[in-house]
Amino acid sequence: MNKYMERIYNGIWKENPIFVQMIGLCPTLAVTTSAINGVGMGLSTTVVLVLANILIAALRKIIPDSVRLPAEIVVVASFVTIVDMLMEGFTPDLYESLGIYIPLIVVNCIILGRAEAYAMKNNAVLSAFDGIGMGIGFTIALILIGAFRELIGAGMIFGVQIMPASYVPVSIFILAPGAFFILAILTAVQNKLKMPSATNGSVKKKKKAGGCSGDCLSCAGHDAAKAE
Amino acid sequence: MKELLVIAISSALVSNVVLSQFLGICSFVGVSKKVETAAGMGGAVIFVITIASIVASLIYDFILGPLGLDYLNTIVFILVIAALVQLVEMFLHKCMVSLYNALGVYLPLITTNCAVLGVALTNVQSGYGFVQSVINGVGTAIGYTIAIILLAGIREHTEGNDIPYSFQGSPIVLVTAGLMAIAFFGFSGLL
Repeated sequence: MNKYMERIYNGIWKENPIFVQMIGLCPTLAVTTSAINGVGMGLSTTVVLVLANILIAALRKIIPDSVRLPAEIVVVASFVTIVDMLMEGFTPDLYESLGIYIPLIVVNCIILGRAEAYAMKNNAVLSAFDGIGMGIGFTIALILIGAFRELIGAGMIFGVQIMPASYVPVSIFILAPGAFFILAILTAVQNKLKMPSATNGSVKKKKKAGGCSGDCLSCAGHDAAKAE
Repeated sequence: MKELLVIAISSALVSNVVLSQFLGICSFVGVSKKVETAAGMGGAVIFVITIASIVASLIYDFILGPLGLDYLNTIVFILVIAALVQLVEMFLHKCMVSLYNALGVYLPLITTNCAVLGVALTNVQSGYGFVQSVINGVGTAIGYTIAIILLAGIREHTEGNDIPYSFQGSPIVLVTAGLMAIAFFGFSGLL
């Protein structure tokens, strides 16, 4: 496996942003009412992630260390604005159903986290592959959560009826509480199988500057709680 | 007046920022181990969201709106919020030391809290004016505080419980949050 494929494998499996690192939970829970929404959110985040990684990696020697974070935020916000406008023009239905969560890609921990942890230290090509890997990993996780919620909550996957007609959908699962329950169950399964995950402490916690660039559940919040 | 009340109630309870819009989940799960710290975080969020919605609303009404620069909303708001948090931190550190000591640790966390940017963007998208924006901001922040303090209270009580191994750690917190979200559905009858 060469180093480019290794990056992709890393993003999809070894350091999957949702299941292993538990970052970027806001869009994960909010938009996964159906599998197709998961695809839309995952792909738009991937596009932003790849483009931002490339540009930040290309500019990494020019950006002074002291204004690193604001510079990264401007780069990310610009690409998010472009994606936002493109989606409004070409996929109006998806744009409508994802709503405010498209501009909120800016504050998605995954993107700033990758910029900080990877793109600032590596060249543009490697960073692009890193972005693709992380993006695909994120998309797969969203589709998985969305598919479960759609299956239990509406008896369908991608709008195709799966459950027999006699199945009564548990509609709570496509409402807000269902998102919490599905993620709880998926992380519980990971705990049970002792798979690597930030939730059971088997992933080494990295301490980094910038609020959320580590994993969400043990991010600066926990340090703040300890400081009390 | 009635309209403002509706905005306040709906942003604080009916469409609660954490439990039905999923904004600010990170800090909601991360800083809710103790009621005390949860209250500190809540205070800091109220403080920052109020100021941020005032500033974002003014910027939109007087600069971005009239010039037709709507598409710059996201970039401008996130930069303003990041700068604002820094300024507030510096100001509190210099002028109001006791408040800084109470909120200090939480302030830097708030830049990446999507609730702040979320409120600023919602205000613009729903076409709220200045007063409505501020009311919506304060309501949202109060909703966040209610939710995080409630969760912290529940977590303090369930700490000693015998939880199955697989559900220890974050799964049980997520289940708790899910049950709270069901409870908050009850508020939808208010409006």
